[in-house]
Amino acid sequence: MSAVWFVVTRLTRDRSALIGLVLIALLVLSAALAPVLATHPDDVFELHPSERLAAPSGAHWLGTDRMGADVYSRLLFGARITILIGIIAVGASLAIGVPIGLVAGYHHGWLSDLLMRVSDIFLAVPQVVLAIAIAQTLGPSLPNVILALSVTYWPWFARVVYAETRALQKEIFVESTAALGASPWRLTVLHVLPNIASPIIVRASIGMGFTILTAAALGFLGLGPPPPTPEWGRTIAESREFLPDAWWYATAPGLAIFLTVMGFNLLGDGLRDVLDPRLRRSRTARDG
Amino acid sequence: MRLLALALHRLAWFAPTLLGLLVVTFVISRIIPADPVALVAGETATPVQVEALRRELGYDRPLPVQFVDYVVRLVRGDMGTSLFTRRPIVEDLRHRLPATIELTVVAMVVSVLAGIPLGVLSALWRNSLLDHALRVVTVSGLAIASFWLGIMLQLLFAMRLGWTPLNGRLQGFPPRSLTGFYLVDACLTWDWATFGTALLHLALPAATLAFPALATLVRFTRAGVLDVMQSNFVLYERAMGLPRPLIVWKYILRSALTSTVTQIGLLFGILLAGAVVTEAVFDWPGIGTYAVNSILRSDYNAVMGFTVWAGAIFIVVNLLVDVAHTLVDPRERTT
Repeated sequence: MSAVWFVVTRLTRDRSALIGLVLIALLVLSAALAPVLATHPDDVFELHPSERLAAPSGAHWLGTDRMGADVYSRLLFGARITILIGIIAVGASLAIGVPIGLVAGYHHGWLSDLLMRVSDIFLAVPQVVLAIAIAQTLGPSLPNVILALSVTYWPWFARVVYAETRALQKEIFVESTAALGASPWRLTVLHVLPNIASPIIVRASIGMGFTILTAAALGFLGLGPPPPTPEWGRTIAESREFLPDAWWYATAPGLAIFLTVMGFNLLGDGLRDVLDPRLRRSRTARDG
Repeated sequence: MRLLALALHRLAWFAPTLLGLLVVTFVISRIIPADPVALVAGETATPVQVEALRRELGYDRPLPVQFVDYVVRLVRGDMGTSLFTRRPIVEDLRHRLPATIELTVVAMVVSVLAGIPLGVLSALWRNSLLDHALRVVTVSGLAIASFWLGIMLQLLFAMRLGWTPLNGRLQGFPPRSLTGFYLVDACLTWDWATFGTALLHLALPAATLAFPALATLVRFTRAGVLDVMQSNFVLYERAMGLPRPLIVWKYILRSALTSTVTQIGLLFGILLAGAVVTEAVFDWPGIGTYAVNSILRSDYNAVMGFTVWAGAIFIVVNLLVDVAHTLVDPRERTT
């Protein structure tokens, strides 16, 4: 618990990490309180043809879209989809990548080689290219986008965990725990995993930003959840035919994506600074 | 000899990685879908047509046989026929590749020419106003959705100000095709009017594509230079009283920039991937737009053909980068 407190206090002292935390907090708040904060909460599914493409005003803070729906309200509900995609895709990538990295890092031999070569193949091709192929095969829907992103992102975690596990094996505490007769299972899960948590957390934060960006690109290409889902990438694609007049329609969701991804990137950078083992080691040396 | 051995070693990795890519695309296109033939045939095909196509394509045979057949066909350059253009997919892709490469290379040149000097300055004048301004640029460059950036640039420069064309590669007739790259062809045929127009068409898509790459390069160069500035040999040179310009220009930059070379190579791959979305925004007639149009038309074979192509190009570029890196960095040779 004190470790968590240490990380949080350190993060709030770093200006850019603090901005990141605030941006993410805003995102989570908009998603959680979307029905309360929205000025037109029913607009996600309702049509108001008479009010279509209205410029920003007191009634519609960010204007209305081609269906006459309030852009601001749809944006808030879109935050829910963004968070959902990010958390499930990164969570699934963690669930696949971390065990694979641990096994490959601990095990020396053909299994390790095989696992890392498979992840190399995924890393050898741009994520968006493979994700396009998978999403196109499965058909455009929210679960399929999440699946396509998870299947293509796990190798990043496998790489990080593999490298860190290999590095840790040279440490004396791992060797002595093994010498005491700890099972491989016990050794990796109870002793190795907690010690490589920092790079995993950093990677997960940057991965959230990256995944959200790729998901928006898939939505923009028409491979995301179908309308009327207020997905940000699709909204930008829909808005294009109404440019340059309805500038608010395209601008708002893009800014939302930008601020969200920036939040996770800044937090990731901040976490890297705070969780850097060198910094931590110097601190414990001083404390004890 | 050692260099040759290293190059061969990298080459030996190439074939298995490429085969691995084919396994992945095979699994995606043949094993994941409930009925791959129905996907290939398109949404309008009748059940009878689907069955006929299944026998014609050999999809009724066992999977291992199908895989061997799949690899053999791809090696021969057969990716099937596009449902929409009714032409072999390989032809379509080959036809469109120069446009993509031209856009990618221009974006890379822009990001390298701007990114490396800015990164060096940012490190040398650490915590200056320029450094802070550049930090904002790098943070934004990695967070912005490139399709949105493209649309915003279109909105401002093409629609409002009218300085650049909205989209496309050229209005009117392309220059006589020698290489397929409009800029090069226009130069070779001494057609400067076309060269200017082509460049104007390139401005927005290249800027869109270059921005994230520029951000990465500034960040990487800055970190590299700072790292070298703190190294022991620089400390030694300073202690020996070498003038600062000499240390900076001769020793720090050479050492810091060798690692940047790797980054440039990797960028080319990242830019190729980014080109998919950027091309879609600017209707740039490259393989990215082809892929996106194929998605919209449910032209399944074409999408999978694009995946194999893009993946293969990416792997080849990585291979070249590896080899180039071994040639450039003396440390790689001695170890």
